[in-house]
Order: sequence, then C-alpha cells, then structure tokens
Amino acid sequence: MTTWHDYLKEEGQPPSWPYPIRFDQEQEIDTDVLVIGGGIAGCWAAISAARQGLRVALVEKGDTVRSGSGGPGCDHWCNAPANPLSRVDPDEWAQHMASRPYSNGIGIQIQCREDYDTLLEMEQMGGKIRDTGNEYVGAEGRDDATKFMISPRYGTIHSYLPDPRVGEPNFNPPETRNNVVIRVWGSTFKPALKKECRRLGVKIFDRVMGTSLLTENGIQGARVVGATGVNTRTGEFMIFKSKATIISTAGAGSLWFMCMELGGYTNMHSRAISGDGTVMAWRAGAELTKMEASAVTMIATGYRHKWYSGAGDASYENVPLVDAKGRRLPYPIQGWVDAGAMVPAPGVEDKIRQAIMKGEYELPFYGDFPSMPEVERRATWNLMLGEESTTRIIIDTFNKGGFDINRDLLQSYKFIEGQSRPQWRDAGYGGGVLVDWNLKTSLDGLYAAGTQMFAPEDHSYAAATGRYAGRKAAAYAREAGDLKISCDQIEKEKARVYAPVKRSNGIEWKELHAGIGRVMQYYVSEFKTESLFNIGMEALERIEQEAVPRLFALDPHKLTRSLEDLSMLEYSKIIIHASMARKASSVPLNFQRIDFPAVDPPEWNKFITIKQENGKVKTGELPPDFWGDMKNQYEAHNRDYTGVYKAG
Amino acid sequence: MSQETIYAVPNVPTPGSPVKFNPEVCDGCNICVDTCPIDVYIPHPQEGKPPIVLHPEECWYCGCCVVDCPRPGAVEFNWPLQQRGYWKNKETGKTHQL
Repeated sequence: MTTWHDYLKEEGQPPSWPYPIRFDQEQEIDTDVLVIGGGIAGCWAAISAARQGLRVALVEKGDTVRSGSGGPGCDHWCNAPANPLSRVDPDEWAQHMASRPYSNGIGIQIQCREDYDTLLEMEQMGGKIRDTGNEYVGAEGRDDATKFMISPRYGTIHSYLPDPRVGEPNFNPPETRNNVVIRVWGSTFKPALKKECRRLGVKIFDRVMGTSLLTENGIQGARVVGATGVNTRTGEFMIFKSKATIISTAGAGSLWFMCMELGGYTNMHSRAISGDGTVMAWRAGAELTKMEASAVTMIATGYRHKWYSGAGDASYENVPLVDAKGRRLPYPIQGWVDAGAMVPAPGVEDKIRQAIMKGEYELPFYGDFPSMPEVERRATWNLMLGEESTTRIIIDTFNKGGFDINRDLLQSYKFIEGQSRPQWRDAGYGGGVLVDWNLKTSLDGLYAAGTQMFAPEDHSYAAATGRYAGRKAAAYAREAGDLKISCDQIEKEKARVYAPVKRSNGIEWKELHAGIGRVMQYYVSEFKTESLFNIGMEALERIEQEAVPRLFALDPHKLTRSLEDLSMLEYSKIIIHASMARKASSVPLNFQRIDFPAVDPPEWNKFITIKQENGKVKTGELPPDFWGDMKNQYEAHNRDYTGVYKAG
Repeated sequence: MSQETIYAVPNVPTPGSPVKFNPEVCDGCNICVDTCPIDVYIPHPQEGKPPIVLHPEECWYCGCCVVDCPRPGAVEFNWPLQQRGYWKNKETGKTHQL
C-alpha cells in the first residue's frame, strides 16, 4: 500500500495528518544573519556568514539536503575564468559576459572573480569536481595534471549566441579555447553543503516557508530586522529577528501555467518556487528591476520531454542530431566542433522546419550517440547529462529500461512538438531584486543572492553570489544596532497567513492558481498593449477582492500552496506595473508592445525599476551599466577578500 | 467472495504515482519523506511501512527520493505515461519506449 486511496481501502478511513498541528502557535528566533531560501545560493550564504563567526539561521521550504533548482545536481561550473587552465582574464571575461543586454554586471563580476575559489571550497566540503577515478581519460578537454574536465561550452566566445564561424573547419582548435567552464559532479554538492551548514552550527529550519520581511517599526522602506514564516508541516508561525537578512528564494516558476497537476514538468526550476522572496522584498519596499521580462517556456504540444523536467530528450547537448533516415541535421551541438553553441545561428531552425515540410528531413529526429567517440559518449551520458539538475534519475531509468548509448538513438522532441505557444511563459530568468556592489538591496539590512537578484544566471553564479552576500551581510550584522520590530506588523501578517485555514470551503489553491495563470495568458502574453494590461490588472484585483477571501486550506501543506499562490498573485501585479512602465518593445526582454512597436530604441536602453512607497507604486530607471567600472568597483568593495577558505 | 466496500471518493490525482515502493525491501526509514522538497509523501502511520504518496501530482520529477534511498530496490521511479521517452536501435530500426 502506498497511495492514499490504497490506504483508505485497507483501513476504512483516511490517514490522520501525520505532524502535530500548531496553527496560531509562535516560535521566536533571534539571530545575527537570517537566510531565507536554502537552495544553492542560500546554503552558500549561510556557510559564508557562519565562517565569519556569526549566528546564522537558514529557512528552507523543503529540506536543505536536496531542495532548490540545483538540489538534484549540476553538470557545469560556468564562468570560472580564474581557473588555472583558463586562457582569459577574469575581468575581461566578465566584461564580455556582461555585454549581453540587461545582464547583471555586479553578479557576473563576482562570479568571474570568485567562482573558482568557490569551486575549490566545494571540493573541500566533499563535492566532486575532478575525474579522480580516471573514468574519462582521453576525453577532449580533460586535463591530465589537474583531472579537471573542461566543458566544450564557451569554446571561443560565450555561446548563448552562436559564433559566426560555426561550420568553418577547425575554427575552434584546442589551443585557443578559453577553458572557462568546468564539468562537475554536481549531484554530490547539495548534501555536502547541508553537512557543512550543520558543522558550522547554522540553525537550519527545514519545512519553513518565509512569508514576510519585518521592517523597523513596521514601516515600508525602513531597515529590515527579520522575517516571518510558517512551518509547512505543522502550520507553526515563526518569527525571526535578525540583524541582517539575505533572501535567496528564486523566481516565480509556474506563473503562466494553469494546470498545477503538470507543474512539475514546466521548466528547469524547482516546482516549489513561487516568487516568495521577490514579493516579500516588494512588500517591504525594496526596489526591483527587469520585472517586465519573460520568455516562452519552450513547451509545445505538451509538457516537453526535456532533460530538466522529466524524461530524456536527445537535445543539442553534445549529441549530433539525425533524422529518421540517419541524415545529420545542420543543428549545432554543444560540443567542441560548434564551440558549445547553445542556440543555432539565425534562420537554421526555420530551414530545418521548411525541410521537414518538404519531406527532405523525416521525423522523428534522434540523438546519434553511437556515432560519437566512445569516451565522449560516456562523458556526455554519464557526466554531462547524468549530473545536470534532475537528470540522474532519467539516466538511471533509461539504463534500467534497456537504452544503450553504444547501440541506440535517443529521440529528440524539439521539432516534433512544433512551436512553443507564446502564452506559456516563464518569469524565471528576468526580474528580481535590485542590488548594489555589496549585494545589498535598496533596504538596509536586506541582501539578495542567486536567482533572487535581477538577471540571474546559473548554478555556480548562485554559489558565488551566495557566498559573497553571506560575507557582506555578516559584515553589516557586526556593526548593526539594536532592532525594533513591530508587534502590529507581526499580527497583521499572522492574520493574512492563517486566513485560508479559518475556512473549510470556497476556492482551493489549484483553482486560484489556474485563475491567475489564465489572466497572465490572456493579458500579459504575446500581445501587449496598455489596454490589455489594464484589463489584466482589473482581473487580478477582482481575484484579490472576490476569490482570495474565499481561499481555503485544509492542512498546513495546502496552506503553503495557498500562500504560494498569493505570492504569485502579487508577483503578477508587479509584472503588469513594470510592463506598463516600459513604453517600447524589446527583443532581449521578450517584450513586444503593439502600441509601442519600436524595437529596442536607444532611449529605452535602460533598466526600469519599481518599488512601493507608502503603498504606492513608484517606477524609476537606471542606465544599462549602472554598476560602473566592474573591475574597479569590485576591487574597491573587496579589499579584505581573503580567497579560498582555510579550514581551521 | 466477500463484499468489498466501495467508497465514494474524488478522482485520483493525475499523474497518480511517480514512484513504486517494494514493501519487501522498503523498511519505512522515511528518508525519502524528508528528502522530497515538495512533501509528495507522508510517513505511514504504521512504523516500518513504506510512506504514503499523498501529493503525487505535485512531484517535479527530481528523482532525489530514489537516488538517495539507502536500500536499493525499495523505491523505483514510475514515469507518467506522457513522459516516457522513446529510442531506436540504430542497426535494426526497432523503436522502444521507456
């Protein structure tokens, strides 16, 4: 017996809630540094602050051991130009990476300077970062002295855009590669991070969802002095008082999705992310930016068979793609031959699509593993794909199911599923909290790291910025004065948090989520105009006035999901506010306005910022490189940086 | 033949079972209950029994419950029908599905 229905059948009654119910009970915790969100950035922040000798509390909605988008694994340590095999200067490489439109130059500079140190600390904690077992001797990019496995990503330039010379013979020879990306065994990382948190005495509060930030005297825009939370199993109310607070809870995941039964396949982020940190910061008065950006989620006729979200897809990950007759497609792979290109050159996808229509290529397409050199095949399947996020289980079940990389072609779903529908969107890689060179937000006492910040990047970016935010927040906490929290603010939050459990019928969280998703699909999607935004905002406000007062939750778990929806409702409104403020279209922001069709006009090449002051929405703007000279700024703010941690 | 009680119950959530437990191997240690970031499981009221899959439709298929299980074979993954990938034998052309 394993399902609920099995249990009912056997026992004649449903199981009781297995955890003690503690609605309305309070627990108060006093700490120097509070970290909200125990994913990659949060764990690194907690470790880094604890190494400064401060009291640290870490709040995590799931269990820190595997939670977060990077919890299951990670196959690439990106942007480590300070590694000994690198052929580029870290500061120059940071400039290069930050030249992509609407990047976060601060985070990228930190990543480029400190990513390699962070990786070495990961190894100190027990993470596997080298081919110590000599499994891949002879693989391209393997350095026999260090046993590092350099990744084919970023062969010449960064490969988010294809190198124009892709296809020219020998355009990416080994002796000119930049060697900035290292393949890693990331499935070993998260348990090691949790263990280190414990060793350092970090107080871990697993199964606690952060719900709000506390500000001095409860005033919006004042110094952040703690947070509230709710236990997702017991419903207990948590009050944290902290001298410094770091938010690291990531983006808003499934905002545009209506069907929460399929929420788990929607994108490469954890199912549990719901914009909580961004919304907490917003309510407290922190400034956000890039909130108008979103992207099509790359799902098409169904929830895609892709590596990140269940089931295997022979995507472009190093594997040559062939059609049903074995003809090689002109689609770039992330291998050496294409310098790790992650997207094809303009027009290539369309050319393939046209060829399908004419019968020149026959569907389905496949990843031709058997055609690869043996060691590359193994490295791609076991290391690159096997360690990438949620993919370990995919590799294991395929192996068990009889798939053999030496013999079989793995189906690719990219073209057979057709075009992704533009109303299925993702806010995960766009907006977030605005930070300065200390990764401090616009509020005193509040710091941000990883995907919580605007324009976030990948796993190693989360690690390096978490580590950085931890030491900066610790420095602030050392100097911070006494706290003044507001009982009134806590009582108001308690009433908000527990409202759904005071009711036993009405609207449950899934219907609320679908309602919000529908509004976003209709009014904040491909076709953007002022009047559509207005209708969308009215629809969200109607949901707030009519549906939210009827929201009910029968247990602490459903209460958590309900509170996530309330975060997403607020997040949706922020997106509309930010979208209204950008009166131009933009390709990099995936933002097409029918009423302002000019695409990326120079006068709109700027960040739109947004915050609340006394409950009123205020927008502003910042130049595209508001962070100034990256190298000088970094050095000015990090004169005391001591490099790799020396275990005492 | 004894009459089985047929209860009036709502529809089973879909997908209904992201994993399968083998009660012969699983000793109910509940490590999977704690590993799962989503709380797909709750512990079984009876100690030593495999956990109850309470929120199967919330699974994000991270697989950590299976990968981190200390007793091999106690729990295995059960991809929903629509997520089962396809492959083809390069020599024979025969297609397979997970």
